[in-house]
Amino acid sequence: MAPILQMRGITKTFPGVRALDNVTLSVEAGEIHALVGENGAGKSTLMKVLSGVYPHGSYEGEMLFEGQPLRLSGIHDSEARGIIIIHQELALVPLLSIAENIFLGNEITRHGVIDWNETFRRTEGLLAKVGLDESPQARIDTLGVGKQQLVEIAKALSKRVKLLILDEPTAALQETDSRKLLDLLLEFKAQGITSILISHKLNEISRVADRITVLRDGATVAGMDRHEISEARIIRDMVGRDMAHRFPERTPQIGEVLFEVENWCVHHPAHAERRVIDGAGLTVRRGEVVGIAGLMGAGRTEFAMSLFGRSWGQRISGEARMAGRPADLSTIPAAIRSGLAYVTEDRKALGLVLEETILRNTTLVNLAGVSRRGVIDANRERRVAEDYRRALGTRTPSVFQKVVNLSGGNQQKVVLSKWLFADPQVLILDEPTRGIDVGAKYEIYAIVNQLVEQGRGVILISSEMPELLAMCDRIYVMNKGSFVGELDRAEASQERIMAAILAAETQNAGSV
Amino acid sequence: MAAPRASVGAYLKNNMRQYGMLLALVAIMVFFQIVTNGTLMRPVNLTNLFLQNSYIVIMALGMLLVIVAGHIDLSVGSVVGFVGALAAVMIVNWHLPVALVIVASLATGVLIGMAQGYWVAYWRIPSFIVTLAGMLVFRGATLWLLDGQSVGPFPQVFQLISTGFIPDVLPDVAPLFGMARFNGTAFVIGLLVAGGILALATRARARAAAHGMADEPFAFFVGKNGLIALAIAYISFLLATYRGLPNVLITMAVLILAYMFVTNSTTAGRRIYAIGGNEKAAKLSGIKTERLVFLSFANMGLLAALAGLIFAARLNTATPKAGVSFELDVIAAVFIGGASMSGGVGTIVGAVIGAFIMGVMNNGMSILGIGIDYQQVIKGLVLLVAVIFDVYNKSRSA
Repeated sequence: MAPILQMRGITKTFPGVRALDNVTLSVEAGEIHALVGENGAGKSTLMKVLSGVYPHGSYEGEMLFEGQPLRLSGIHDSEARGIIIIHQELALVPLLSIAENIFLGNEITRHGVIDWNETFRRTEGLLAKVGLDESPQARIDTLGVGKQQLVEIAKALSKRVKLLILDEPTAALQETDSRKLLDLLLEFKAQGITSILISHKLNEISRVADRITVLRDGATVAGMDRHEISEARIIRDMVGRDMAHRFPERTPQIGEVLFEVENWCVHHPAHAERRVIDGAGLTVRRGEVVGIAGLMGAGRTEFAMSLFGRSWGQRISGEARMAGRPADLSTIPAAIRSGLAYVTEDRKALGLVLEETILRNTTLVNLAGVSRRGVIDANRERRVAEDYRRALGTRTPSVFQKVVNLSGGNQQKVVLSKWLFADPQVLILDEPTRGIDVGAKYEIYAIVNQLVEQGRGVILISSEMPELLAMCDRIYVMNKGSFVGELDRAEASQERIMAAILAAETQNAGSV
Repeated sequence: MAAPRASVGAYLKNNMRQYGMLLALVAIMVFFQIVTNGTLMRPVNLTNLFLQNSYIVIMALGMLLVIVAGHIDLSVGSVVGFVGALAAVMIVNWHLPVALVIVASLATGVLIGMAQGYWVAYWRIPSFIVTLAGMLVFRGATLWLLDGQSVGPFPQVFQLISTGFIPDVLPDVAPLFGMARFNGTAFVIGLLVAGGILALATRARARAAAHGMADEPFAFFVGKNGLIALAIAYISFLLATYRGLPNVLITMAVLILAYMFVTNSTTAGRRIYAIGGNEKAAKLSGIKTERLVFLSFANMGLLAALAGLIFAARLNTATPKAGVSFELDVIAAVFIGGASMSGGVGTIVGAVIGAFIMGVMNNGMSILGIGIDYQQVIKGLVLLVAVIFDVYNKSRSA
């Protein structure tokens, strides 16, 4: 088959940095082409060149699309050619309906007036194609992330897409939703649509990709065909060194019970009668990493946030003990004083003050630790920030860098610095490696191991099964707001976790 | 572990925001000094400049905190009018002692701020709405209190808040300068403050250097602090040749220093910036966001009440129109000074410079006899240009 897209010798420089250095990318018509690389390797820049965000003339090199030279002046231009990019951060308007979003900027009109009947009819067709069973009039903010992703794809289809670019489409998705989405890509392939898939999840890539291009430091370092694909090889090419293990080793040294929760019940903040967490309980011992597995919507984040100073939900009841004594978790400051820390899954919206410096984010929780009678000691504060930067290996020229300019991995290290400086007994880590590249993930895991080696306890919430299985000493399985299984490291496996969830689902179905 | 020594040029470029507005103020002053043939910096005019702008500067301090916290207070102009009217009624009609009235007026301001802050902080009613309501309510209450009339005049002692000067306790200094009228105290205080700033800056730098953290180029450090000290000494000299230091200048200076300290060096100040930068993250970091927002509104009420007293004392009467549209001058000063509409960004020094940019332009254009119509247009454009400059700078650095 002939290549549908060829990018040759693409070089793009920003003041002081060469983001892309003579990159070559060739995509065959009708294939799923995976583009992988660490954060900052140049994937997004390359896709911005391809979609016209960086117009012709602002880079060197040439592009051919369907055999014709491709010189774009903007994103409209690329969409007109059938090149559609779906960004990681979804670009939907939450308060508008599915149909309005799909045809936003591209409305079906008759004499300048929107033809709603035709709009809804076409939307229904598109939704059927992506397998989304929702009314075209459903508002976007009533849908979960997985379904929103499908709406984005339906929107792309409405523009007669020839080349679909997906930038980490499954980063925020649950295992089952991810699988659905990937199946959809395979279906599109059967219909002749070409896709470029940017992803950090190597198991997904090896499942659907026909070919892979690996970028490292702004240059193409490797390409492989389907039969050559192996995770080990991808990682080696991405990181530029052999990574024998994706998870650092740790010999568990588990002590006495540190944190206990019993019979924890939480009601929905908007619907007081809806019980979201129903009698959940767990224990964490010193030096132990305890995992919480579960499907999206199982209530894991809600459970964690309600524990952490009732920051989610209402009518919260239950008992919590820290080191044998009743713990006051009634407010966030009280929960912090009790020795609890919560590292949020949404570090940009809930974890960091993005426009402030690493220094100021690091000391935010424990300002008392760098001040006397309410007055901050600037020199002590700087020393603390430098210490944590070094201890956690945050890569930045200075602690006066704004955190908005850091990569995902380094941002996460700043969040961890902030909580470590508060010296908690138990840390709840909610999806700590979401959207972080392989190399930085390893470093985060190493930090987690250090934490438990210091005698702290860690509760790890994750949607990535391999991460849970490798990191945790014990795994709780959550389903519909209750724990439906508890597995030791020795007995835990992906199958047993799924089995526990399925058993609970069937039981639920039977009891209704 | 010494930080890399940046050159003076590079340092200036990195801190453009901070010094850009100061340079703009200096440029505007030089411009008006030239076109008014030196009237701008004449001692009598300089004194007036401080008297005229003191209440805007004082309110800008409180408004900065409110805006940094991500809110706005539109009611301050009406509060100025209301508190002035209340004080006039209590002093002139009821003959209450001045000291008691001042305390009661300031307390009223705090209560007004708390009442508005309560809805904003604990009920999450948008501050724009709450304080727009407050603006209407307190303007109406002013009219009601005064019954539509002006009330005055005030006793001498009350007027001193605004029009009084620090008495010359050092008569021996004046002859040294061989001038008929020279307030030695004013000049000595000026020299002491200038010297104090140099000493404090030197000590802070020595401490930072001991921790290997002095990254401001030495030449720049000397130049900056030298110029500031020189400017203070020169202004105090000019004021000394007129009537000395106005009481209100002292009040203003003390408040500016206090709020600089609060925003730069206290945990409360730091937390307000965090709330404006990302309220949810601040809350999840254990910060009592509601309480701090509430307190910043209470503080704004206190400063608006103080401004109301100063303004009434300066006019020597309370009028129903007192303080009309002051809120816009105050808010403009804060934004010219580099604060961000979305919160989390802004400095006290910037807000004060912003207030003086507005004040010098008002004063200079009035001296030139430019009509109020053109003055409004020019001030509006300066606000727009200042913010555009800001946004441009930011997008370039990103």
